[in-house]
Amino acid sequence: MRTIDTDTLRIRTPEGVTFSLPLAGPVRRCLAMLLDMFCISVIMTSIGYLVRSLNLVGADLAGAIYLLFFFVVATGYGIALEWRWRGQTVGKRVMQLRVMDAEGLRLRPPQIILRNLLRPVDSLPALYLLGGAVMFFNRRRQRLGDLAAGTVVIVETHLEEPDFGRIAPNKFNSLAAYPHLAARLRMRVPADVIAVTFEALLRRDQFEPGARLALYADLASQFRAEAEFPVAATEDLSDEQYLRNVLAVIASQRRQR
Amino acid sequence: MIVDLDRFVSRERPFWQELEQLLGRIDADPERTLALDEALRLHYLYQRGGAGLAKLNSLPGETALRAYVESLVARAYGQIHETRGGSWGASAWRWFTITFPQAFRRRGREFALSAGLFFLGAAFGAFALRVDPTAKVSLVGFGHLKQTPAERVANEEQSQKAGDEMAGRKTRFSAELMTHNTRVAIFTCAMGMTWGFGTAISLFYNGVVLGAVGYDYVQAGFTRFLLGWLLPHGSVEIPAILFGGQAGFVLAGALLRRRDRRRLGERLRQVTPDVLHLLGGVAILLVWAGIVEAFFSQYHEPVLPYDLKIAVGLLELVCLFLFLSRAGRNAHD
Repeated sequence: MRTIDTDTLRIRTPEGVTFSLPLAGPVRRCLAMLLDMFCISVIMTSIGYLVRSLNLVGADLAGAIYLLFFFVVATGYGIALEWRWRGQTVGKRVMQLRVMDAEGLRLRPPQIILRNLLRPVDSLPALYLLGGAVMFFNRRRQRLGDLAAGTVVIVETHLEEPDFGRIAPNKFNSLAAYPHLAARLRMRVPADVIAVTFEALLRRDQFEPGARLALYADLASQFRAEAEFPVAATEDLSDEQYLRNVLAVIASQRRQR
Repeated sequence: MIVDLDRFVSRERPFWQELEQLLGRIDADPERTLALDEALRLHYLYQRGGAGLAKLNSLPGETALRAYVESLVARAYGQIHETRGGSWGASAWRWFTITFPQAFRRRGREFALSAGLFFLGAAFGAFALRVDPTAKVSLVGFGHLKQTPAERVANEEQSQKAGDEMAGRKTRFSAELMTHNTRVAIFTCAMGMTWGFGTAISLFYNGVVLGAVGYDYVQAGFTRFLLGWLLPHGSVEIPAILFGGQAGFVLAGALLRRRDRRRLGERLRQVTPDVLHLLGGVAILLVWAGIVEAFFSQYHEPVLPYDLKIAVGLLELVCLFLFLSRAGRNAHD
């Protein structure tokens, strides 16, 4: 079963497991396409130079080879790379995008061929305006080629676990004595709040002092609202230190390992 | 649900890593078929990863770990639950002689629509030129077709006497024709995604041009020249463009078939193989048409008798008809 949030494709497997795929927006896809067009032009310039410089064949045959190569490269670039690299071209790799089956199934060659062959209709009347308009009104962010082929383009997520040791060096943590409160925080605080807090602490030197204090105070209040630690454990802590200690106890078990 | 995360992760991590390695091997060679023990292991690791993901979903703080396991489960899900047939390993010869003609016959109604619109356009083009001969410039956009038929025939036959004016550029011309016509066929098919309107317009327009040119030469008394010039390559090229339109109408049919209770995605998924089989056939036919047009069609009397060219064109047309109507009839694909 498949459900769609804004910009996210959620798939529920027959086993009852749910996973989500973040969908790529038009700007990122457009940048990937520009990179791919650049790659195609580099390939074609190289082939043209090679055909001319080798001078092994007559001008007639050389012209024919160039024309056929141009057609094959322009049409087959996306097909060949998405086939070999499981849904990625050079542009999509750089922009961390990947073509996926819209049902979460394995991307198959017919889908890759069809979505690439239907580019002419998406590019109408110019600059992919029709495809862009269809993507804009489509909740799965599909252009016409994607609709026909049953594919979506997703953003590849980073898979590394955050290293909490960078923001909370291994020293005394007054909150560590309350594992039940840490467990409650783990349960209640939304994942994006934890991620934002982690980033905010990593980038502390990039903020103006006043803005930093206000931001940390706001974030700390969100954690305090979910689980209030005893005053004895928090009374001498600044908001920043409180946030470092909170993230540390959330990840404490693994840090101790 | 609160789990002992440390114990859970240390217990499951080796299985996640094994699943990641197995998926990496599958990704490196997507067409490889898994051995039975590998497939069973993949299924076990997928189920174990799915169970782990269900536990991690109850821990809102574990964003990165959940994303990692989620990506593994998503990749394994695609492999485990893929049920569509894998006929793409079939040999090219078998595909061309069986699969392509079968796909053509399966989509006979779409071909009839495609041919109907094209010939309706041709009739309109001929009629328009009959009613208003000055419309020729608007209807026929190509340079040498704007000449009167008498001028064109005189020029062609004169240049044949002077020598081979195509010498030194036949191969390039052939490549130009192949790539241009294939682009036109792909475009005509792609326009099927405009609910078939674009495909219909493209077919009608191409028909108008052909009808106007045909009428122009016939009424001027140059029917033999016209047939000798067009039939050798047109007997393959025009059907190929019609197959492009047929593929476009197959797509449009999947978009428009509202009575079909399946979802749009399923309907499109079902017609995708036929669309690609038709386009594959189109590409091959247009390669042949390009060679014939550059190396044969451009030669006229006195170098090549028109009757010979007409006979070759008719022979190609009959062969194509027999091929499409009979090839692969008794084969199961």
